[in-house]
Amino acid sequence: MERNAVFRVVSKILIPPILLFALYVQFHGDFGPGGGFQAGVIFGSAFILYAILYGVDTVRRVIPAWVTRLGLAVGVLLFAGTGIVGMMLGGNYLNYSVLAKDPLAGQHWGIFAVELGVGITVASAMVTIFMTFAGRER
Amino acid sequence: MAVTAIALIRLRNLFAVAMLSGIFSLTAALLYVVLDAVDVAFTEAAVGAGIATVLVLATLALTGSEEKVHKGKGLMPFALVAVTGAALVYGTFDMPRYGDPNAPANRHVAPRYIEQSGKEVGPPNIVTSVLASYRGYDTLGETTVIFTAAAGVLAIIGRARRRKKADDKGKEAGDGT
Repeated sequence: MERNAVFRVVSKILIPPILLFALYVQFHGDFGPGGGFQAGVIFGSAFILYAILYGVDTVRRVIPAWVTRLGLAVGVLLFAGTGIVGMMLGGNYLNYSVLAKDPLAGQHWGIFAVELGVGITVASAMVTIFMTFAGRER
Repeated sequence: MAVTAIALIRLRNLFAVAMLSGIFSLTAALLYVVLDAVDVAFTEAAVGAGIATVLVLATLALTGSEEKVHKGKGLMPFALVAVTGAALVYGTFDMPRYGDPNAPANRHVAPRYIEQSGKEVGPPNIVTSVLASYRGYDTLGETTVIFTAAAGVLAIIGRARRRKKADDKGKEAGDGT
């Protein structure tokens, strides 16, 4: 598929908006539909589209395997870590109200961190799974 | 959706099946939009119609694209499916009507979420408040499941690939000497 000019041009036009849309879904999840999970899937799909067209190795040059593997763990740890920070500040596990002076602001920051963690893990997982499958030789 | 499902069973070409299952997911997403569950529809469209189809296609590239035809009497499986289906349909008779305000699901914690989440959590999107704050434990569990899934794929397929590469290198080194 590398030779097909239509696919190449269309994907080059599409990938930046896909990434931007993923970020929009990630950070606008409080107000509209969406959140970390959907954003992660969309963000990962941009890389998967690129991998389908240009091959796994080209994408591996943009994001090496260790980046996605690190992302997998960092996302979960960010989620769990937010809970632990809340505990240290005197609340229950995963109670975000204590993260800031104003409970609402604390909730806001907590949700922000947690959704970011979900997004990172999901995006990394999607890319990792696809790369492992597509990178196999027959 | 029913038409798509029947076509899915009848078809033998797995590429067509992959495409149709994507269409099935997209129809399901539309159904969720009609039911006002936009967040779920979003997920269904992105995961079911998007990523899942791509993953199935990637797998098909590794295996064949035609399904093997199994000949045999399908009476026992058919009976099993019929009984399970009948039990599920029987179960729906006890369910409250759609949108019934007195249904247990709408009486338990839902009123608190709807009335208090603006004051307690903040975000206008109640789904986000429920997922990330009220039900933080569940979402943490889901994230861990996804992490485990990717780790499992890496452990099963990723390692085999690495070992093969190492073998190739060993062979080349062996050839060189």
